Parts: sequence; structure tokens; C-alpha cells
Amino acid sequence: MKYLDEYRDADAARQYAQEIARVTTQPWSIMEVCGGQTHSILKFGIDQLLPDCVNLIHGPGCPVCVTPLELIDQALEIAARPNVIFCSFGDMLRVPGSTADLLSIKAGGGDVRIVYSPLDAVRIAGENPVSEVVFFGVGFETTAPATAMAAYQASRKGLKNFSILVSHVLVPPAMEAILASPHCRVQGFLAAGHVCAVMGCAEYEPIVARHRVPIVVTGFEPLDILQGVLMCIAQLEQGRAEVENQYSRAVRPAGNQPAQDLIREVFTVVPRKWRGVGEIPQSGLGLSSAYAAFDAAKKFGLTDRVVLEPAECLSGLVLQGHIKPPECPAFGKRCTPEHPLGATMVSSEGACAAYYRYRVLTK
Amino acid sequence: MGDPLDFTASCPIPIQQYPRIQLAHGGGGKLMHQLVERMFLKAFGDQSEEMRHDSAVLNMPAGRMAFTTDSYVVRPLLFPGGDIGAMSVFGTVNDLAMSGARPLHLSAGFILEEGLPMETLWKIVCSMRAAADRCGVRIVTGDTKVVDKGKGDGMFINTSGIGVIEHSLNISPASVRVGDAILVNGDLGRHGMAIMSVREGLGFEGTLESDSAPVAAPVLELLAAGVEIHCLRDLTRGGLASALNEIAQAANLRLLLQEKLIPVRADVHAACEVLGLDPLLVACEGRFVAFVPPQDAPRALSILNRGQSGGSAVCIGEVRGEIPPLVALQTVLGPSRILDMPSGEQLPRIC
Repeated sequence: MKYLDEYRDADAARQYAQEIARVTTQPWSIMEVCGGQTHSILKFGIDQLLPDCVNLIHGPGCPVCVTPLELIDQALEIAARPNVIFCSFGDMLRVPGSTADLLSIKAGGGDVRIVYSPLDAVRIAGENPVSEVVFFGVGFETTAPATAMAAYQASRKGLKNFSILVSHVLVPPAMEAILASPHCRVQGFLAAGHVCAVMGCAEYEPIVARHRVPIVVTGFEPLDILQGVLMCIAQLEQGRAEVENQYSRAVRPAGNQPAQDLIREVFTVVPRKWRGVGEIPQSGLGLSSAYAAFDAAKKFGLTDRVVLEPAECLSGLVLQGHIKPPECPAFGKRCTPEHPLGATMVSSEGACAAYYRYRVLTK
Repeated sequence: MGDPLDFTASCPIPIQQYPRIQLAHGGGGKLMHQLVERMFLKAFGDQSEEMRHDSAVLNMPAGRMAFTTDSYVVRPLLFPGGDIGAMSVFGTVNDLAMSGARPLHLSAGFILEEGLPMETLWKIVCSMRAAADRCGVRIVTGDTKVVDKGKGDGMFINTSGIGVIEHSLNISPASVRVGDAILVNGDLGRHGMAIMSVREGLGFEGTLESDSAPVAAPVLELLAAGVEIHCLRDLTRGGLASALNEIAQAANLRLLLQEKLIPVRADVHAACEVLGLDPLLVACEGRFVAFVPPQDAPRALSILNRGQSGGSAVCIGEVRGEIPPLVALQTVLGPSRILDMPSGEQLPRIC
């Protein structure tokens, strides 16, 4: 397939792997931020092409995985109510809350619908004026513009029966939090290309300056990731720490200005709890006061709550790159995609799901 | 029976006075009698006396028989490249074919939802007749029930089928051997993506058509040519990944596939990439895998590709060894990974 096969070419991949081996003189640990990159690495076996001394650490960039348990429970509570049409990206439906998931709410009679775009939820609200339509706004800077557009359009249309349960999160504060940890092993980052397509590259400059860590904005195909690794190792070997853009076919340095404007119009930056990690300051997006009428948590009178994670689930350590999934004692035993302890085992971008799906030989 | 095309073209909807199914159409009274007489018997019955009884009485050849049943639930009822009616005939015929049987007779049980447009039912019933004619099978008995509006997705169909086994092979996972070639009869994932392309909420414009088709004829051709078929499996729910994992586990053998050999059309591939789905886990309705000895593979492929443009029947891998029982896949880049069975339904990703 055009624009895809070119980036999966076996000969070019081998050449990149050889070049990486040639320039690498010592062990390096590089974190790929995005769960989509993690899945590419495991699905294509990219890590197996690299020298043993190059360690790829899997990052927190799985929106489903980091959505806090409290918000999932709120989503379940809203979705179970009569007269509610609860719209969600498909990936959220299997994510376990404290006692249930959206699929079981649906099985119990809740009107839970998979949408591919938040604008579909706006359309559903227009078509069902007597129902309350709620969109579960999950994701990083990648999906935030689409959620913002949904709020903007709903506002323009004067829809009173539409609201959003907002759980958007931001990448740079999470990278800062990882680097600030005393256990941090990360020496370089592959930043998420699609996030930068929206936000541009400038917001990584302060991180590079503060922590002296190379950040390479990287795509998702095998050759993207191999080239990103090569660029990152070249910086490390040469003692440089800069923001570089591997994914220049999609990412402009300034990003997508209209999308950024829309985010600023609809959202305001708030502190956010990350599942398994804890609260990270200034790491989330909440609806700004002009759009507060669309806040589902307020509309349904949901109160703040604190829910404890199952102690056995080490997904927080996985998301911060402290351990790899097979190092968790529950992995593949007490925790499987059919009986997950944490979201990292069920999300299509979760690191545990990637290892279970592509790597485990002892099932 | 006449030419199925003539049959459908020359037959306007036979029940005019009720534009939609009512509960009474399943109530055992005159309306149900009318539905059976004017619609089902008109479409299926050249043995109408037989079909009026509670059971069909059949003359069967001696020897081994294959017997199977399957229920068909699909939304929308009419989709690009097929409909629930044709699918319910082809699906059960294909299940019989996976034993190497020659399909003979089908039953058809209908669960209709109150309010179903009569015209839709007629289209689907005509499509079933055309599909049965294409496969050389007869629909000899059936049943109709009507459920309240909102309690069924338009209609559900159950078909059961019997076929005669005219070969002496044991076509099952137990016959699979180390070294067997693994063949597929065409490109993968088209049915599932065609359905998804027209579903509400996941709509994307496109011309993807289902691969819904009968596969009994090519299987019987393989047998007639003396190909020593060890195992067959049709690639319905769960796609290639589920079918091969089931066989690997049942046979206690390790399968190795070559990703670059697995046929997936560019449009299916693109749709899967957009939605974050794996085409190897997507349902097909006219595709099967065949395990054959390596020396029989070239002959089998030339038979399967006869009459197909593009020659999309290919060998995608081999049975590699004894343990562990799993499906491994050598990726396009060279390293190997597991091809696991899906945990549940594939759900589109967020970004």
C-alpha cells in the first residue's frame, strides 16, 4: 500500500539497524513516548533488530491507560443512567473501572455507543433531543482538538442535551515527571509524532534545556522508529541534546495553529491524576469557564472521589518506564486481556497488551 | 428450478397488503399461513407438498454424512457484496465443505422483528434461493417466528445443513502434520471491513464489498484431483488468527506464517490502518485455510486459482514443529512474533 509499504521495507530496516549498531559505542536507554510506537516496535519486532545495548523503554503515551480510575467510575455511573446516550471511543469500552467496564454497562441495558469522532456524538445529540448525550473526551493533544471542536459546535448549535466528561492529558508535563523521578533511566526520548503534528516542537525545548536529554519527534512506522532511534543515539554519542524532527513529512515546527487555537478557546490547563502514576501538575485539560455548561461531571452532579487501584497491578511502574510488562508478577497469570487488572493490558496502545499479544510464549 | 435470475426478476413482492411484518405473521393463523405459502414456498419450494409437513423426508446416499448448524446475525441486513440471506446459505454450505462434504439440503429458521419491511424480507428470501441454486443445495424445511419490535435486529436466520462425504480422508486438526503447507483461497478481511464501512458511527466512504461466497465447489475440486487435504477451516469470526490458533491448539503443533505472503487488498489494509484494526483478525465469509502436504501445494493452488483473477490463493506458511502449540508470524522486517487469537471483538483505537 502506497505511503505505508515504503516505511516497512525490510532492506532499508536492516540498513538502519546496521547503522545504529555502527554508531553505538555504549549502552543507551531510550523511551518511546507513545503507545502506538510501542505496539509498532513489538508488532514488527523492531527491538530485535537493535544491538543488545540499546534498550527501548515504553512510555506513558496510552490515553486509555492513564485515564484515572475515578473518571472511569464516573463514566460508568453516567452511562448506566436512564435516558443517557454515552458515546466513547471504542478503545475505552473494555477498560476496567473499580467494579465494571463500559461493555458490561452496555450489556446491562445502558445505551453505550462507539463513535470514531466526537462530532458523531454532537450529531447524535441533535438527533435525540430528549436524551442526554455524553461524550467521553479521552486522549492527548491528538484528540483534544476534535473534542474542542465538538464543544464549539455544540455551543454554536445551542445544544442543551450534550456534555463531555473530559479526561484529556498533555505529554510534556508527563515527560518532565518521568525525568524528575529518582528512578529515571531514560537518556533520550522519541516524542509522539502525531502530538507534535498538532502542538509543534517548541514545547520540548525547555525540557531539553533543563534536563540535557535529546528529544526526537518520531513517527509510527518501522523505518520512522529506526530512524528516530538512530538520530537519538547519534545525539547521545556526540554529547548533544536537541529537539530534532524525524517525522517532518507530518510535523511542522509550529504545529497546527488552528487546532491549537481551538484547544485554547475551549480548554484550560488543569492538574490531572494519571492512572497508576498520581497527580501531575498542569498535565490535563478541563473545559474553560465559557464552556462549563458542557461539563458532564458538573451536569450530572458527580462528586470527586478517590478510588484505590488494585495493589497487584504495577501498570504505574510500566507507564513510567520503571519496569517492562513481563517483570510484573501478575503479567499473563492473574492479569490477561480477558481478566485485566489494569488498563495497560486491554488498551490497543497499552504496553502490557503489546507484550501479551506479540511476545508471550508461555501462555 | 428455473434460472435464479429469471426467478427474482419475474417475481414482484408476493404479499402486497401488509407492507411490514406483524406479530400475527408468526402467530400460527392465516397471516402466517399466507407468509409461508406466498413467500417461503414460492421462493424455496419446488417440493411444496413436502414443505407443508412438519419435517422434510429425504432420500440419503449411503456412507458418511456431515451435519452442521449456524445462526446469522448481521447489521445491516443488506450490505455491499451480500446480504444476510445469501450469507446464511453460503456460511452453512461452507461449514459442510470444511469436512469435504458435498452439501445437499438446508433448513432455514427465521426470527423476524415486528415492523420488518416485507420488501426487505422478500429481497433476502430471493437472495437465499439464488444462493442455494448457486451451491446446488435445496432449502427443504423451515420455521418462522416473529418477535416484538425492538427485540430483534430486523431478522435473524438459522440454517442447518447436511451433506454427503464422498472421500475417505479424515479432514481434521488431528491429521495435520509437520511440514504441511498452509494455503488460503484469497485475500483476507474484506467481509468485516465492508460491514464496518456501512455501519452507523464508523462510516467511511468506500466501495469495499464483502467476500461472501460459497467454497464447496473448489474444495470438491481439490478432492477430485486427489489432493490429500489434512485440514480445512473457514475464516469467519476472528479471521485467520482465530482459525489457525484453534488448529494449532487442537493439533498441538506450531505454525509459522510469512507476513509478506498473506494476501490483504490495499483498500482493506487502508481501512484497517485508519481504524487501528488487524486484518488478520477480521472476519471473512468466503475464505478458508487448507493444510496439505507440501508436494500437493502447487497443484492445490493452481486449482484454487482457476477462474480467479489475480491468483490470490497462496501458500502463507507451514507447520513448523511440535511445541509449543501456537501461531508464529515472521514479520515483513524479519523478526518473528506471535499471532494471537483476539481476546474479544476488535475495537477501533483512539488515535
